[in-house]
Amino acid sequence: MTPRWLSRPNLSRQLLLAGSLSLFGAAEARAQAAVPVFNSGDTAWVLASAALVMLMTPGLGLFYGGMVRRKNVLGTILQSLIMVALIGVQWVVFGYSLAFSPGNEWFGGLSWAWLNHLTPFSDSAPTIPHAAFAVYQCMFAIITPALITGAFAERVRFRGFILFSLLWATVVYDPVAHWIWGGGYWSKLGAIDFAGGAVVHITAGFSALALALLLGNRRGYGVERMVPHNMTMVLIGTGLLWFGWFGFNAGSALAANGTAANAFIATNTAGSVAALVWCLLEAFHRGKASALGAASGAIAGLAAITPASGYVGVAEALVIGVVASVLCYGAILMKVKLGYDDSLDAFGVHGVGGLWGVLATGLLANPAYGGHSGWFYGNRSLFMVQAQMALATAAYSLVFTVLLFLLVDKTVGFRAEARDEDMGLDLSQHGEEGYGS
Amino acid sequence: MKKIEAIIRPGALRAALDNLEKAGYPGVTVTEVSGHGKQKGITESYRGQTVQGLLPKLVLSVVVPDSKVKKTCDSIIQAARTGEIGDGKIFISPVNGTIRIRTGETGDKAL
Repeated sequence: MTPRWLSRPNLSRQLLLAGSLSLFGAAEARAQAAVPVFNSGDTAWVLASAALVMLMTPGLGLFYGGMVRRKNVLGTILQSLIMVALIGVQWVVFGYSLAFSPGNEWFGGLSWAWLNHLTPFSDSAPTIPHAAFAVYQCMFAIITPALITGAFAERVRFRGFILFSLLWATVVYDPVAHWIWGGGYWSKLGAIDFAGGAVVHITAGFSALALALLLGNRRGYGVERMVPHNMTMVLIGTGLLWFGWFGFNAGSALAANGTAANAFIATNTAGSVAALVWCLLEAFHRGKASALGAASGAIAGLAAITPASGYVGVAEALVIGVVASVLCYGAILMKVKLGYDDSLDAFGVHGVGGLWGVLATGLLANPAYGGHSGWFYGNRSLFMVQAQMALATAAYSLVFTVLLFLLVDKTVGFRAEARDEDMGLDLSQHGEEGYGS
Repeated sequence: MKKIEAIIRPGALRAALDNLEKAGYPGVTVTEVSGHGKQKGITESYRGQTVQGLLPKLVLSVVVPDSKVKKTCDSIIQAARTGEIGDGKIFISPVNGTIRIRTGETGDKAL
């Protein structure tokens, strides 16, 4: 029986029409363009970075998977891993076009659906083939909805989650990417986001907050023992994320050059100092530095440096990492106090970290590193536009997440049934056990 | 017949098994458990959420004739006692019957 959400005739017909028209036009585009000169070093680096960023998604799966209870380990890892499959298809069929093709200030069109009719190169990356840019961006589009899963860990139906993620990628990620990276409204106003502080972390982080509140706390939250079942898995995930982040940030230079190297350094520096600061905070606050704390600190620093990575030097990276650690540590304490169940701190780390990073870019962009000057370097206007862009991104994410939640909740259902949640996602949603005998 | 259940530290297992064998009781069942005594164990902390930690322990189960209870307990205690909190406890309970599955023997002969 056709689910209610697919039975509207216009939507499916429109998609089929757009798709079949684009399939026949590829030869035309090739005939027109003169052969452009591409830089093989840049191309190799971007392709390698695409692979690094892809690895971050299963890495995220492990990071999250170790933090949930044993009965939910597979369901949790799968929520990340399946995103590679789901958005991997959505992106090449129409997601890339919606995000990056010329359209209006708010979203692109369908002229690049099926990755057909691509211009020889993207305006953002003139020295590499367009396809390399498209596949690199694909990996960002994949991991962003996967980040949100941390907010609703251990309590959602698989099919509701899939539907939500697909819609969210189309309605939130693709437009926001267009605004900031695809030549849309905020990029025209001069807002900068080197590798995704707003496009990735603010969108995912604030959407996560909305869902944590809308879906409600886990059954037994605050009463039952809910602790990481496998901290070694969390640390493996952390390592993979940190490693992949070099592709995420340094790769966003879209060239194998000094900017990439500086972004690499800024990334590692911010992540490292943030990990150290979290350890110090915990040692003072709780008497012991913990592995989960060090890992969380690192991720907070890495998230925060993301929008600034190509625009700052070591000193700025250190400041960004230190503040990110303090802010995110505080955000998590606040969550515990307020009692809402952002289970794996998707908002506390990515939302707060990303927001700080976008604002910090406006404060600390160092003209010696990326040609932009922040408030600290005498230019207040960058900070103002960063703040507006951050606010708009957060607000848009919140509003549309609420709408999408209602749609999914009323159709296929989002929150798992109580009995299924108690049994665990692995058995109830997938008929599997993570650790067989 | 009595069942002797000894909750001991995992580190004491090797010595306890050796002692039991020397005392003439090589057969034993070992179960991994967690728990704590009056001292409440250790507090674990994960991103600001604290939980009462349960400490890992082992339960050694041996069933022996009544006449051998004291000797068996002494051999376990000698291996497991360190004098520190957390050494464990031994519980002794009566057993109504024993059957050796392979041969069908019952009673003390089955031990």
